[in-house]
Amino acid sequence: MREYQNIFTQVQVSAPDYPGVPIGDAERNRTKGIVHNHLLGKLGDAQLGPIYLGTLGVFSLVTGLLAFLIIGMNMLASVNWDPVQFVRQLFWLSLDPPGPEYGLSIPPLNDGGWWLIVGALLTTSIMLWWARTFQISRNLGMSNYLAWAFGAAISLYLVLGFIRPILMGSWNEAVPFGIFPHLDWTAAFSLRYGNLFYNPFHMLSIAFLYGSAVLFAMHGATILATSRYGADREIDQITDRGTAAERGALFWRWCMGFNASMESIHRWAWWFAVLTVITGAIGILLTGTVVENWYLWGMKHGIVPPYPPLEATPVLDPMMEGAQ
Amino acid sequence: MKIINMKWFASAAVLGAALLSGCDIPPQETVQRGYRGTGMEAVYSPEVLADIVAANQVPEAIPAVSSDGPKAGDIYQNVEVLGHLSVGEFTRLMAAITEWVSPEQGCNYCHVAGEGFEADTLYTKKVSRVMIAMTQNANENWGAHVGGAGVTCYTCHRGNNVPEYVWTIGVPPRHASGMVHQMQNVAHQESNAYASLPFDPFTRYLLEDNAARVAGDTALPTGHESTIESTEYVYSLMMHYSDALGVNCTHCHNSRAFAAWDQSNSERVKAWHGQQMVKEMNNAYINPTNAWLPAYRQGPLGDAQKVNCATCHQGAYQPLLGANMLADYPNLSRLAPAQEPAAAMEETTEMESASLDNGSTSGEAH
Repeated sequence: MREYQNIFTQVQVSAPDYPGVPIGDAERNRTKGIVHNHLLGKLGDAQLGPIYLGTLGVFSLVTGLLAFLIIGMNMLASVNWDPVQFVRQLFWLSLDPPGPEYGLSIPPLNDGGWWLIVGALLTTSIMLWWARTFQISRNLGMSNYLAWAFGAAISLYLVLGFIRPILMGSWNEAVPFGIFPHLDWTAAFSLRYGNLFYNPFHMLSIAFLYGSAVLFAMHGATILATSRYGADREIDQITDRGTAAERGALFWRWCMGFNASMESIHRWAWWFAVLTVITGAIGILLTGTVVENWYLWGMKHGIVPPYPPLEATPVLDPMMEGAQ
Repeated sequence: MKIINMKWFASAAVLGAALLSGCDIPPQETVQRGYRGTGMEAVYSPEVLADIVAANQVPEAIPAVSSDGPKAGDIYQNVEVLGHLSVGEFTRLMAAITEWVSPEQGCNYCHVAGEGFEADTLYTKKVSRVMIAMTQNANENWGAHVGGAGVTCYTCHRGNNVPEYVWTIGVPPRHASGMVHQMQNVAHQESNAYASLPFDPFTRYLLEDNAARVAGDTALPTGHESTIESTEYVYSLMMHYSDALGVNCTHCHNSRAFAAWDQSNSERVKAWHGQQMVKEMNNAYINPTNAWLPAYRQGPLGDAQKVNCATCHQGAYQPLLGANMLADYPNLSRLAPAQEPAAAMEETTEMESASLDNGSTSGEAH
């Protein structure tokens, strides 16, 4: 028998256009078009649109696209405008921050200046998008959980690319725009500051990140497993304890002795996600500014286990021995 | 329904096999090199190891000859760095060098047929004199890196006129003329083992006198000012070390504290001495030969082809897997005793002064 499922549905409900709840004056910010797409309906709602664009949305898209375009053009310039090389080397290409010799000054456009401009455009785009999440929430009469969660992620972005470089006095400390290059930056950053794994806030961030993934899987699986009892209508079940919510709760109580409620599981998830980026941002902010070498800091405070010497003769820094 | 499932299963199997095809066939051999649990271990794939062993066989040594009898410097003219050898030893070494460096061209790679052997007509002869002194110097003064096994011409040349792995000062690839290239983020660079890191770490650390250390040495900031940029350069250099020796980072380092010497093993100290040795080779020996080199032996900026780790190591953790060729050719184990202060000798032994700018004339002084 065919049954309706939450994802990868075998049957689709074909519904007429639904423009959504009335939002008064802000109505003019929404596009008119509505499209129904069968493939989209396989994954979620088959209806695409209307989209709420608004002034904030338009300017966010414009600045974001401009930043994207400038990054692409700089990458293209680095391969002499050769489209074949652009595609072939795309993962290696980058728009790098200015060299350390420029400090916090405005570098020439062709030697890091574009990076600064892209940073400003991208930040503008993100902040406008952030404001937009507040605006749409308000128009829909929602509270601001989504906007504040996005704000938490923005705090990490700003610390990485703006606040910490300013505290360190050098744009060179910031992250490049590139696929492999930003990963190299991550590795180099940890190497330079003595292993980020010994940064307690990095530890917390990892715990929350992995915890988020586990919670997400637990919650998703619980809802899917009880959807035959109506758990897919979980918002109802936050207040109406029905069979589905009860079975989900009992599963976890029997399995590990403790269960979240239909309501609190969403707070768990929200805080785990938000704390991932907030603790991450604190960890990055402290690195280099107040802690120089996390490994040595960890040694000093007893969080790093000392190991016995590797060899009978301890290995010494040859530059300290006055060796050749 | 069943058919669809079979198709899914088949494509998953094909995809899985494709993903695994990049891996070495197990089992791998693991050698513990550090404290347990730190991952300081060498991992060898038997099939890869077999290739490395095959690629690092030493040629059979020419039978040894007596060191008695007249000295080469007394019999032949214009013998500077091997004059203290007996004529027999000298001839044997010349034969060996021919086999190691110019097996196809023979003696005529350095000597012009019909001319006396003493003539310094060809640049190759002048360069080989400096290279012999460089080899002697490495064996005599850099035991901290080359150990007892030492190096011979063959360690690098392996039958090639120019060793297979050499480097010249990096130039950016073609890019828009108005743009300042960052000397990194270029695909398929062997120098940094195909990373997007800076592609010329050698100029900074194997030619110029910079210490390749970037991590802070105190828990809290005390004015240490290494940049992210220089960290990426050192990272790139380390990728080269790793690639050139066919080892991973934990060959030397405990990855929890790359910078800490007390967490590293003594191999790292050897590598440090190697960096100093290569720096001296490039500055005191290789660079001065540039005055004689034809353009096709120079890099795009007109500099000589220089030494890095791969020049000798060629993918093995010890060049030629530690074979002691020097035992068969002890004549290369030390610099010639200072005889008459001939101009060229002076300059090659006192490498600190390193000025062979007038080398093109001094080589023909005799």
